[in-house]
Amino acid sequence: MLGKTAGGLFWMFRNLERSENTARMVEAGQRIALTRSASDDEWTSVLQSAGVLWGYNEKYDEVTRDQAIDWMLRDRANPSSVMSVVESARNNAKLVRTALTREVWESVNECWMVLKDTLARKVSERDLPHVITQIRQRAAFVRGAMHGTMLRNDIYDFARVGTFIERADNTARILDVKYYVLLPSASAVGSSIDNVQWESILRSVSAEGGFRLTYGQEVRPREISQFLILDKRMPRSLVFCCEKIRDNLGYLAQDYGTRLPCHDMADSLCRQVSERRIEDIFDTGLHEFIGSFIVDLVALSRQTELDYRFYE
Amino acid sequence: MTQQQSQGQGQSQSQTFDEMWGREAGLREPYAPFNNWFADEDPARLRRKQREAEEVFRLTGITFNVYGREEAAERLIPFDIIPRIISGREWSKLARGIEQRVRAINAFLHDIYHRQEIIRAGRVPAEMIAKNAAFLPQMIGVTPPGGVYTHIVGIDLVRTGDDDFFVLEDNARTPSGVSYMLENRETMLQMFPELFSKNRVQPVSNYPKLLHRSLSACAPAACTGNPVVAVLTPGIYNSAYYEHSFLADKMGVELVEGHDLRVVDGRIAMRTTQGYQPIDVIYRRIDDDYLDPLNFNPESALGVPGIMDVYRSGGITIANAPGTGIADDKAIYSYMPDIVEFYTGEKAILQNVPTWRCSEADSLAYVLDNLPDLVVKEVHGSGGYGMLIGPTASRKEIAAFRDKLKARPSNYIAQPTLSLSTVPIFTKAGLAPRHVDLRPFVLVSPEGVKITPGGLTRVALKKGSLVVNSSQGGGTKDTWVLEE
Repeated sequence: MLGKTAGGLFWMFRNLERSENTARMVEAGQRIALTRSASDDEWTSVLQSAGVLWGYNEKYDEVTRDQAIDWMLRDRANPSSVMSVVESARNNAKLVRTALTREVWESVNECWMVLKDTLARKVSERDLPHVITQIRQRAAFVRGAMHGTMLRNDIYDFARVGTFIERADNTARILDVKYYVLLPSASAVGSSIDNVQWESILRSVSAEGGFRLTYGQEVRPREISQFLILDKRMPRSLVFCCEKIRDNLGYLAQDYGTRLPCHDMADSLCRQVSERRIEDIFDTGLHEFIGSFIVDLVALSRQTELDYRFYE
Repeated sequence: MTQQQSQGQGQSQSQTFDEMWGREAGLREPYAPFNNWFADEDPARLRRKQREAEEVFRLTGITFNVYGREEAAERLIPFDIIPRIISGREWSKLARGIEQRVRAINAFLHDIYHRQEIIRAGRVPAEMIAKNAAFLPQMIGVTPPGGVYTHIVGIDLVRTGDDDFFVLEDNARTPSGVSYMLENRETMLQMFPELFSKNRVQPVSNYPKLLHRSLSACAPAACTGNPVVAVLTPGIYNSAYYEHSFLADKMGVELVEGHDLRVVDGRIAMRTTQGYQPIDVIYRRIDDDYLDPLNFNPESALGVPGIMDVYRSGGITIANAPGTGIADDKAIYSYMPDIVEFYTGEKAILQNVPTWRCSEADSLAYVLDNLPDLVVKEVHGSGGYGMLIGPTASRKEIAAFRDKLKARPSNYIAQPTLSLSTVPIFTKAGLAPRHVDLRPFVLVSPEGVKITPGGLTRVALKKGSLVVNSSQGGGTKDTWVLEE
């Protein structure tokens, strides 16, 4: 496979994952704005979790709901807006067209066509739920086409590595922004403000239902951390993503018969999460833990690009 | 799709030959089963099918990019659901003529870059070659692997009567449009399977397999084992990118860009996830000028530095060979009947459109006297730029063109306006005749010349228009060649 193709697959699926994650964060932000008397401060933290606050502040003087949503969904000046990443996913899909089945290509192409149309105009409050649903559905169609039609070979592996690096990054960033409400010191009180924040965290990773199933109705910060960092059943948890990254890189090593530096890095990242208990993490400091996880994840992503010659 | 125009204009409708209805004689035989089917069809269903077809094309991404038009960066080429039908007998004759012409073109190219016998014999003037920008001195004395110069050729044909086909242009560089030939057929098979039960249509679907085989058969001396083929594209923003990825996909080969390639140990190698691996045959879809910044345009970022040196030493096959443009140049075109005769010893089976070379005094005088009736083209132009279509031009345009022509006569050729044949398209009001041309695709290898039965039919969708160019409102049709 061409190095360029591996890179195209990696970024195509990172971008698709990002489109869905961004939509989910907008949804969580909107939900909280509607159900509680929260201020626009919530949108600042949403923008921050999505990693797009800096660019937003370059363009706007104040954070408002409408502007934040527009920036995250439509603005082409924001390279991580849903429209930007979907377009970029499609361009990558074009680049790697020969590596994709017709079904996968058509689902990406249709995703782009539909969203280009939907996001051509400002999204009104009334239309927001429908638009969010569309974004999530389109990403699901691509994933479905991929699972159903693609060979399980190096093409699939690079796509999966991209997906899970992006997803781990997303969950880690949410935790990074909200870590202070998850500290044990905060849990003693369990004020209504905390409850809002806890719900917001779970919603932004579509985990309310999963959490209830696992821990019951009572939401406690320690368990949220446990769930999002260490629960191997939770498909957006850090440990789940890390194991997927490690496994898929491992298939590549087997397939090509060569172990490379990125494989050692993936193993070590995996151990960082899977061999820890939540108490240890709180002892060393949640914020420090997340911070170093993000740094290592970025380094792993870079090393993968190098080892598999994505670029010249 | 290449930007070019079919010329011809000004004939009244009664003179025009319609491929379904003839001139006046009534329904032509190849269309009989189709006509029966059509008579029983509900127009509403057909209209629905027409929309469905467009949806399929959009979803598949069979689009072409239009430069400099941001809002419509990707557009569909309109597809018309009425097939163009050619009988097996008509096709056999065309195919013989095409094969003869393509063999002559290859012999001509070999001769031009070696002994230049045709110039010594006085059949083509020396300045036609020496002063021609399409002539590549870098190719002098170079014999491509297998002796093949034009691995893929598109011959543009127009028809004016039952038995009258003319070659309008030879495309010997990087002819495009073959993906439309294949996708148009796929679409028709899906939408109207019953039509294919009623008509015995020769298949086109093995083109990618033949292409792969044909390219593999031209592997260079350095190739050991199964030839590795790759398609070289300028990238996703190129107007024909869809076709490049389509062909790579259907052949099961890599689609590479210049920055994926470099010279490694005297071979061209592509950067894979496991290091550099050599390529044997490169089907390039970039122009000569961009192929190698060390040997041609130093500004080019699309090509591979040093590829020409590897080529000359037998390390890679480039298809089509560099320098083939000298054979499809508009000035050379007028010599094609001589060229065919010189190398094959036979009269050309396919006719040329009569052409006046304005470099010759008598011809120039004639052309200047008859501008309103003629089509005048720039010798080195392409894309329909800088041409005059006399019958539709205003007096002012003709006067302005006359000055240009007088200033540099050798820069122009002139041709009579032809009455291009029509084929029906499906409109709101039912069938309506529209002008068409035809580009069959030809593969050349040491194993022989293979012509896919059919080709790309381009159709001018506007009533009376002779411009089939996709950038100017042209569409495409499925082209059927019936079994004999």
